[in-house]
Amino acid sequence: MTVNVLEIAGMHKSFGGLKVIDDVSFDVRKGSRTALIGPNGAGKTTVFNLLTGVYDIDAGSITVEGENITNVPAQDRVTVGMSRSFQNIRLMPHLSTVENVMLGQHARARKLGSLLYPLGMLPRNNWRIAAEEALENAGIGTYPGEVVANLPYGVQKRIEVVRAMVSDPKLLLLDEPAAGLNQVETGQLQELLERVSDQGVTILVVEHDMQFVRDLCDYIVVLNFGRKIFEGTPEEVHRDPAVLEAYLGTDDDTEAANAS
Amino acid sequence: MSGYLESQLIILCLATIYAYGIFLPAASGQLNLGAAGFITLGAYASAWFNASTGAELPVWLSVILAMMFTGTIAFVISFPILRTRGVYMVLATFAFAEVVAGIVINVEELGAAAGMPVDAHLDVTVIVPMTILVILFSFYFMSTRLGLALRSIHDDENVATLFGVNVRTAKVVAFTVGAMLMSLGGSLYGHHYNYIEAQTFNVLLSIYILLYVLMGGTQTAWGPLIGAAFFTIVPEALREIAESAGLTWLAEGRFMMFGAFIVLLMVFRPEGVMTRTLQDRLGGGLFRRKKQVLDETAANS
Repeated sequence: MTVNVLEIAGMHKSFGGLKVIDDVSFDVRKGSRTALIGPNGAGKTTVFNLLTGVYDIDAGSITVEGENITNVPAQDRVTVGMSRSFQNIRLMPHLSTVENVMLGQHARARKLGSLLYPLGMLPRNNWRIAAEEALENAGIGTYPGEVVANLPYGVQKRIEVVRAMVSDPKLLLLDEPAAGLNQVETGQLQELLERVSDQGVTILVVEHDMQFVRDLCDYIVVLNFGRKIFEGTPEEVHRDPAVLEAYLGTDDDTEAANAS
Repeated sequence: MSGYLESQLIILCLATIYAYGIFLPAASGQLNLGAAGFITLGAYASAWFNASTGAELPVWLSVILAMMFTGTIAFVISFPILRTRGVYMVLATFAFAEVVAGIVINVEELGAAAGMPVDAHLDVTVIVPMTILVILFSFYFMSTRLGLALRSIHDDENVATLFGVNVRTAKVVAFTVGAMLMSLGGSLYGHHYNYIEAQTFNVLLSIYILLYVLMGGTQTAWGPLIGAAFFTIVPEALREIAESAGLTWLAEGRFMMFGAFIVLLMVFRPEGVMTRTLQDRLGGGLFRRKKQVLDETAANS
């Protein structure tokens, strides 16, 4: 029996008169590495924003691990077991690397005692050690005390993944993690994500780099103009006419020839 | 200690306490121009609790009750005020301070415009330890996970929310605790000078305190201390130097120079004197040197 970690049913969202997400439904299997792809403006990032509660959905439901979170406020959704990274790096520029990672732990430390625990004063406390270990495991343990604004782009991208991971998510949402990375950095990122996946964390990734998607993912959902036009395996996606049309456009001559 | 030095030390201590009261909300990016209002509340509340015409309570209890009173009011008004942002929050807090002053001036029991005498006297031996306590508390507060959350809110409120930070609660706590610190400062002011009037706590005071914090830097808990110390010591020191050297132009024009210096500071250190990076460089420098010495001793042995 396959179990779904995320179930999206009949999701709608409009901004003003513009339908951005139009009746989108799909499931993410537990332990899978699912990709959400589509041309620019298809609504991929909007799906992430709806899942994490940045916007409220107009209709439909979101279920994580069997729990309906449609009406759960944004700040509580991370405690359900869902964590994300961002398309444009959104680390806190004035915090050090390890402090950024410790922010990721916040979901697990919302009791009063944990909130009043002097993280900064005790150099060897459990939270800090855990954060440093998480960085170490991701292969970026060399700069824990450094303010993130000064670090290379590829390292910052990986810190975002680590920050999302330390909240102990069951589902990790990654918004274009490989965008702007060179080949070496993409390789390091992929290695990190494979390790995360091996730990049993489900990954849902938005990405334009198709090579990266093929190498990493075992299931693909395609959006176009806010509608789901395909879901299936990476092998099938290249043969699907609707997907080819969305990415490459139609050839009028071929259509005319077919029609006649 | 000479009377002059002692009076300067008191001014420095009070400025430091006020500055930390403004710093706690400022660390999460909220600009509070209502310092005078909270100081007024603290000064008058503790004066009334302590006065023979009021509740006749011991001075320490009066100060604590005044903090709780100011904290309650700050908590209540924080909900509408924290809905505003940036310059609108500056205006809202400024308006609050004006309302407090307006009320105090019209209440006969508090002396109205003539001011109010304060019974119990607290001297430097109380004020200095209290100031140190406030500084230590602020360093502790900023080092907690709540402090980390506040600094995250300063950088990116939306991302902080998505990582589970309850932004509203964190802001309310910072605003309220800050107000309580300012109340403490106001009480100490009243009990030291034994006379308070609403006009002393005017908008100029609020502006100065906000300047201490912004000039000192809101990224680390060192900022308000540096800002308050700088703003209280440098003008006085300039005057001393000018007078002893017989430079009348310097003694008279020192505030002009000081103003020019503030402009330069804003140009070259827009995020305040003490930034996170500078702190790291200072701390890291010490650490590196220590490590180097250790490495060398290890190599030699």
